[in-house]
Amino acid sequence: MKKGSTLYELLKGLWKENPVLVLVLGTCPTLAVSNTVINGFAMSLAVLFVLVMSNLMISIIRKIIPSQVRLPVFIIVISTFVTMADLFLRAQFPDISKALGPFVPLIIVNCIIIARAEAFASKQGIWLSVIDAIGMSAGFMWVLLLMGAIRELLGFGTIAGFRVMGSWFSPWIIMLLPPGAFLVFGTLVGLKNLIMAKLSARRA
Amino acid sequence: MHLLIIFISIALINNFVLAYFLGICPFIGVSNKASSAIGMGFAVTFVMTLTAVVTWPIKHYFLVPFNLPFLEYVAFILVIAALVQFVEMYLKKFVPPLYYALGIYLPLITTNCAILGFALIASLRQYDFLETLVFGFGGGLGFTIALIIMAGIREELDVADVPKPLRGVGITLLIAGMLGLAFMGFAGMMGGS
Repeated sequence: MKKGSTLYELLKGLWKENPVLVLVLGTCPTLAVSNTVINGFAMSLAVLFVLVMSNLMISIIRKIIPSQVRLPVFIIVISTFVTMADLFLRAQFPDISKALGPFVPLIIVNCIIIARAEAFASKQGIWLSVIDAIGMSAGFMWVLLLMGAIRELLGFGTIAGFRVMGSWFSPWIIMLLPPGAFLVFGTLVGLKNLIMAKLSARRA
Repeated sequence: MHLLIIFISIALINNFVLAYFLGICPFIGVSNKASSAIGMGFAVTFVMTLTAVVTWPIKHYFLVPFNLPFLEYVAFILVIAALVQFVEMYLKKFVPPLYYALGIYLPLITTNCAILGFALIASLRQYDFLETLVFGFGGGLGFTIALIIMAGIREELDVADVPKPLRGVGITLLIAGMLGLAFMGFAGMMGGS
């Protein structure tokens, strides 16, 4: 796989340039909405929509934006799509919208989106920008789902609402509270580094 | 009394960083040295208080009367970006020492989700002007406290033997989790509320 090929741009977000674990971008929503699998899933779909649309839009207009005002332009494009996503969620899924609270509007300042607009969409063609957005959102999604699964399993004894643990299990409430998010995420980052180190040791 | 409760609650119990997960990027990024943590903390407190002063009138004298609440996000982020720019220009011209002290931290604040997050939460909770102001100032102060504590711990960490995969981001997040646990203890101050 070489840089610039469609497959590479699609897959890099999953592991090699994973936005959350490797680039440590967009940590705020990762920590905040990963208390259950459903919340994490809804959040990552919202991010998928915003990231694909804003990468597409920015890639289309990249040649007519003067570079001095590019950041304000990016922010306006992004916040337009975020407003759309938020209104849609509020109308169709009011419960989920309530659970996600201010974190849907906060996608505007999610560093993943601005970083992709600045580092990728403003330089590359339309096709690759969309592919990049899909790959990055997929990378964001699996980390969010994994964290949601761990926290929900330990905190409620369920996964996506289905009971997994028997009645003997006493829930670890702490996993649902903010500190639990930090502990799980810190451990995941550590594990990722461990696996990376093992892999590169084997290759060398 | 009511304002005092808002202040303590946002500065300590529901700390922006440790309970709302807002502003994690600068929290991890600049918490490795105490001096830069202080600079960033005060820059955020300053801008957050100003944001309170500006966004509240915009919402209540412009967006609501003209029936444009769906423009709230666009309006807030533009105002914050412009505000940061103006603050930077003003400080550079009139208060150079402060400008050089805050210097590089100011532009970073535009994309600090704590600022936008604070404006949105205050608007969601329908705070009045004074409450918003107290909420912003307390939130900024709480952010500063968490940042400075973290920086102090990380300076000590330099000499500690941390397992290799956890070095850097990993251990910072784990410590933040423990700090969060400690800060939850402040809830007892308000009679458990």
